[in-house]
Amino acid sequence: MPRNSPPGSADIGALERKAMLLRRHMLTMARGQGQGYIGQGLGIADVLAALYFHELRYDPANLAWPDRDRFLLSTGHYSIALWAALAEAGILPVDELVTYGADDSRLEMSTLDTTPGVEMIGGSLGHGLGQGVGQALGLRIDRSDARVFVELSDGEMQEGSTWEAAMSASHFKLDGLVALIDCNGIQADGPVVLDMEPVADKWRAFGWQTSEIDGNDMAAVVGALADARNRNGKPKAIVLRTLPGKGVPRIETSEKSHFFRIDVAQWDGIIAEFEKTVGASQ
Amino acid sequence: MEAGRTLAMGQDEAVGGGRRSVEAPFGRALARLGESRPDIVGLTADLGKYTDILPFRDAFPDRFFNVGMAEQNLVAVAAGLARTGKVPFATTYGVFATRRAYDFVAIALAHSNLDVKIVAGLPGLTTGYGGTHQAIEDLALMRMIPGLTIIDPCDATEIEAATEAIADYRGPVYMRLLRGSVPIVLEPGYVFEIGKARRLRDGSDVGIISTGLMTERALDAADALQKRGIAAGVLHVPTIKPFDTGAVAEFAASADRIVTVENHVVVGGLASLVVETLFDAGIAKTVTRIGLPDRYIECGAVPTLQAKYGLTTEAVIATIAALD
Repeated sequence: MPRNSPPGSADIGALERKAMLLRRHMLTMARGQGQGYIGQGLGIADVLAALYFHELRYDPANLAWPDRDRFLLSTGHYSIALWAALAEAGILPVDELVTYGADDSRLEMSTLDTTPGVEMIGGSLGHGLGQGVGQALGLRIDRSDARVFVELSDGEMQEGSTWEAAMSASHFKLDGLVALIDCNGIQADGPVVLDMEPVADKWRAFGWQTSEIDGNDMAAVVGALADARNRNGKPKAIVLRTLPGKGVPRIETSEKSHFFRIDVAQWDGIIAEFEKTVGASQ
Repeated sequence: MEAGRTLAMGQDEAVGGGRRSVEAPFGRALARLGESRPDIVGLTADLGKYTDILPFRDAFPDRFFNVGMAEQNLVAVAAGLARTGKVPFATTYGVFATRRAYDFVAIALAHSNLDVKIVAGLPGLTTGYGGTHQAIEDLALMRMIPGLTIIDPCDATEIEAATEAIADYRGPVYMRLLRGSVPIVLEPGYVFEIGKARRLRDGSDVGIISTGLMTERALDAADALQKRGIAAGVLHVPTIKPFDTGAVAEFAASADRIVTVENHVVVGGLASLVVETLFDAGIAKTVTRIGLPDRYIECGAVPTLQAKYGLTTEAVIATIAALD
């Protein structure tokens, strides 16, 4: 049966608990290899929980359903978060999550579209938004009301192709296209190396209906997604200010957040820290 | 065509001497296909007028998208459309489809085996606009992409047939475009098939292996050589990938000398493929390679440049006549 069709009223507390569950999965997954893009994954967990358990219309039993909403993860290295969400959504087996990043696992450290639930090969940054434009055009030809959500990142805005796609989306009036721009402030070489501010003004200037929120505030995320539902001739951009490593203070404050590699004993300490944080918040 | 005059964009570059020609064979074939194939969509990056796709736009405006001067986005949008079950034909110039959009062709299309057809104008030395516009190394670049089918058609007949064939074929394709008034070279009864080379002339003194528009010149050269008592066979190889190694090896084995003829640099394209094929087949014969040098080519009139760089019938005849 299709999920979230039509989207019901949001239970913010339940979605927050879901996000914590995704984080718990991710920490277990990263522990398996002693490494992973855990900072980004923890940061985007609230957005993925809001999408897969509230906003996105999809059918776990029929992934090829033509009228499904699409979620394109352009930053393929955020895969750790996607695998956790797809497992909780019933698309991947939960007990497969521990294979993350292992040889021969479907749950790669960067997404390949051979894994169920993946709508594009992410990882070569700057690819996602243009493919989202193409999917939105295809759905329009088919007179489908399905929407296309594309996650991209602040660093990724430095790729010129992102703006080629942004221009074309507003030109073609793709109001069912929603860009989710994860501004977590880090990229491969450290803190964002080329200033992208003011981010929201850039998207507005390109003709997008734009909002800017705390991407780790579930009520704000749910509200921004609801505001993006209107079909007013404009593509939608949601600028998400997220905290890499959200939920684990030791990762939140780490300078190594782009790629995290530590030994198993320390992972156990990190997971204990996470559980303590969760306990305190409930 | 007047010698000494640089062609403006949009002027014909593929007109053959004394042959009947067809206007915009690609666009007309695509527009015809559009009638029975609602899944076909057209795309261009501000070169619709110059890639002959306007007949399709005029017939199916709701299935045509011009993304502006943005070739990376052209390929990305085509990939997205393919994921919704469409069969996009995306046109631009070969230089932009390759050099500028390479990562998108490799990852967004070929890695996912998406059903997108890139149709690329100004192949090899068919424009006088210099290195920025002459796709002299496109076959070499695209050959390196796993799973990408590559077509270099010879004439109007073959462009029409190949357009239909690649629409029916499931997977990514890069096809070189001959635009404007395109001659009919191949004889009635010629059948295009993806992956198949065709022997067009028999003759065992010299075996000419050619692709693209150079097959016209190879045929004319073979006819002229016949009058000089040299029996030249011609094998036309319109599919660069997958390469018809069996037909090439068989043809090469039957000829005393081998000559490759291509509208492309002599490294990485047809010549390289033939040499690799012969080596693998254990055929130890010298291969004389006719094509463009491994360098950038200047601006100028196309006939002047083609004569200077040896892509004329006369140059093919002279090279073959001078063989030991």
